Amino acid sequence: MSEGTKARPAWEVGDELEERVLPPVTRLQLIKYAGASGDFNPIHTIDEAAEEAGLPGVIAHGMLTLATMGLLFSPHLEHGYVKELKARFSGMVFLGDELIIGGRVANTEDAEDGRLYTFEMYASKGESTVASGKVGFLVYED
Amino acid sequence: MPFERFVGHRSEAVVNVVEKGAVRKFVEAIGDPNPLYVDEEAAKRSCHGGLIAPPTFPRTFEYGKIEGMDWPEAGMIHGEHRVSYESRPLRVGDEVYCYTEFKSYDEKESRGGLLGLVVLERFGEGPGGERLFTMSDTAIVTPALRKTLEA
Repeated sequence: MSEGTKARPAWEVGDELEERVLPPVTRLQLIKYAGASGDFNPIHTIDEAAEEAGLPGVIAHGMLTLATMGLLFSPHLEHGYVKELKARFSGMVFLGDELIIGGRVANTEDAEDGRLYTFEMYASKGESTVASGKVGFLVYED
Repeated sequence: MPFERFVGHRSEAVVNVVEKGAVRKFVEAIGDPNPLYVDEEAAKRSCHGGLIAPPTFPRTFEYGKIEGMDWPEAGMIHGEHRVSYESRPLRVGDEVYCYTEFKSYDEKESRGGLLGLVVLERFGEGPGGERLFTMSDTAIVTPALRKTLEA
């Protein structure tokens, strides 16, 4: 096995993914994400635009927070893929915020080409949740 | 509000190609440099048979304009996102025919005033018309933005 290769995952309901603590959000990161995603809504990069929209400062793209939920499944991509992802944004993420991402298995079921694991996911800062939702990860059969 | 009249309207499909460089820039921005996104050799040997794109990548595509609709980008807040893939992840090189439908517009009272909720569905299909993914996004029109729009 090459370095970083992981065994085929077989989760049970209730299993938790290892939490990830992300580095503090920076403006440069938001600028990079704006460029890479094509989402140039200025409330994510320009203070004045954020203030005009009634916000205390620029906020991170919700899709960037969601992308970091996908990050937790990155080590398992050799055996499957994220088939479903859904989330509701419930709090804003500002510059300097440190997000914690985690999830636990809520359901497992047989699917046409493997086994589908459904995770309840969260992204939080301190005690407050900024996004919560579900990820369906499909693990292919051998 | 200028949104109700667009409910049910669709854009013309636009072709997008999943480009290797675009995926690389995207995964750098989200901090997920998995070899299956960027390393062609590693990806070829994997169960995916080639480079793939991360699950949130379809938001980078063009979906065409719904006629007459000027999307007031500034000040719109993203409320919800859903994406589901039909049978496989997106692969680098995929040609994806994308279009959008204005699904619904609702309003609700909040502490800060009246909020507008716009739901857009977005679809990606392969060259043969087979569905690759379905996406749904809820955008919130804030009271501050509403003032700007109505001015």
